[in-house]
Amino acid sequence: MLELKNISYSAEGKEGILKNISLTIEDNQFVVITGPNGGGKSTLAKIIAGIIMPQSGQILLDGQDITKLSITERAKAGISFAFQQPVRFKGVTVHDLIALASGKDLSTAAACQYLSEVGLCARDYIDREVNASLSGGELKRIEIATVLARKTKVSLFDEPEAGIDLWSFKNLINVFEKMHEEIQGTIVIISHQERILNIADKIIVIANGEITKQGTKEQILPSLLNQTEGCRFMKEEE
Amino acid sequence: MDAILKSLLEQISDLHDIPVGAYNIRNNGQSESRNSTDTIQIVSKTDGKSGIDIIVKENTKNESVHIPAIITETGINDLVYNDFYIGENAEVVIVAGCGVHNSGTEASMHEGIHRFFLGKNSKVTYIEKHIGEGEGTGERIINPQTHIFAEQNSYMEMDTVQLKGVDSTNRVSSAKLAEGATLIIKEKIMTHGKQTAETAFTVELDGKGSSANLISRSVAKDNSKQVFRSVINGNSECYGHSECDAIIMDGGVVAAIPEITANHLDATLIHEAAIGKIAGDQLTKLMTLGLTEKEAEQQIINGFLK
Repeated sequence: MLELKNISYSAEGKEGILKNISLTIEDNQFVVITGPNGGGKSTLAKIIAGIIMPQSGQILLDGQDITKLSITERAKAGISFAFQQPVRFKGVTVHDLIALASGKDLSTAAACQYLSEVGLCARDYIDREVNASLSGGELKRIEIATVLARKTKVSLFDEPEAGIDLWSFKNLINVFEKMHEEIQGTIVIISHQERILNIADKIIVIANGEITKQGTKEQILPSLLNQTEGCRFMKEEE
Repeated sequence: MDAILKSLLEQISDLHDIPVGAYNIRNNGQSESRNSTDTIQIVSKTDGKSGIDIIVKENTKNESVHIPAIITETGINDLVYNDFYIGENAEVVIVAGCGVHNSGTEASMHEGIHRFFLGKNSKVTYIEKHIGEGEGTGERIINPQTHIFAEQNSYMEMDTVQLKGVDSTNRVSSAKLAEGATLIIKEKIMTHGKQTAETAFTVELDGKGSSANLISRSVAKDNSKQVFRSVINGNSECYGHSECDAIIMDGGVVAAIPEITANHLDATLIHEAAIGKIAGDQLTKLMTLGLTEKEAEQQIINGFLK
């Protein structure tokens, strides 16, 4: 169980990015955090991963206080984080990165398996460097593969759909559903996509640094989709 | 072969024993052992200079030449001239490299001046690794020079690596390329402590369709200093590219000084240089995979210099 208690965060020149956020995410829950851009969603995910330290509040993982733990310690405790903007590395190959994520020497076949899952033809990518020669969408899928390879109890994804084309997007939904089934872990996704919201056990809406709504998709989704003014959710035609 | 010599040979040329094929092992300024083959002759210079001529017969295929140079004594100043004559259509792998083991207080220096005369359509892969070691306070200095004269449609790829223990290095390379000739140089350097490394490339793209690609990746740690100079002159319809990527750490300093001159309307010349510390988000990403900051740093450097 992941619990956040009274988390507040302000950055220099920007007060109240997160205001006294408290929430509980149960084991094996599939949670989607949504809400307007600039509302504090990414900051919240980074606080869970340890990339940003909050000014006040507490984070508990299975009852253990992890608020003061470093990024590395939290990773080892079972938290994974897929960046919204994946990082490029000169010289580090896709295989290297997935092997590092898995925490062991990974055979090419095993590494390829993760790439195939995110819809990349493994043979074409496994030995390529994670550098600027890869497109944004390719990097994004490799980023998701690194989290798949970690198989941790909490997996955070910051806008995984960004930069992924519509065709691959369908497969992405399958990736999350399969992951949810297989690793029996908690999945937290920050997303604006209706299709991702649609597979959530729980939806949390964050706006202006606060949780404005939370509940099951049946409770939350209709009100989000019926917003007429400033609607930020992409309704897709079936 | 004694243990130090054996260890250095392993490190600079991956040799565990006497190599197969043509070779010349130079130890403390003297030829320790040598072998020529039917297609590759190694002969001592007769003009009074110390060094050898390596003559590769035309049409030679799949052959290798090993010419490691080792210094294991302190206070040695070894100057050697090695000339490579590569026959037309020949394809060879040449493994050079130098290891200096200095346990004493005086500087030990190796200066290897290599010239390559590439015949038409010949192809050379040249691998050069430099290391320094030994517990002495004497400096370990390696100053290699590589001068390439590439005839029509010849091809040379040079891989040069210096990752540890060399206190001071001044590396000078030059090349003149005829029609259709190709040169690729990949250089990897890591310096630490108070080491200095200077690299200078001068490439003349004289022939139509000639091309050169110079790629340098380096890491400067502690208070070490590096200078990368590259001059590419496009004198015909040609393609020239140089790239200097450097990571600086601690108090390391790197200067990149590129010069590209197009003396011909159809010359295409590019230079890229990027110097900076390891990006914070790279460390963060690897830490989210469970690596410590130190492990992440090491991983990034290993990949960068791979």
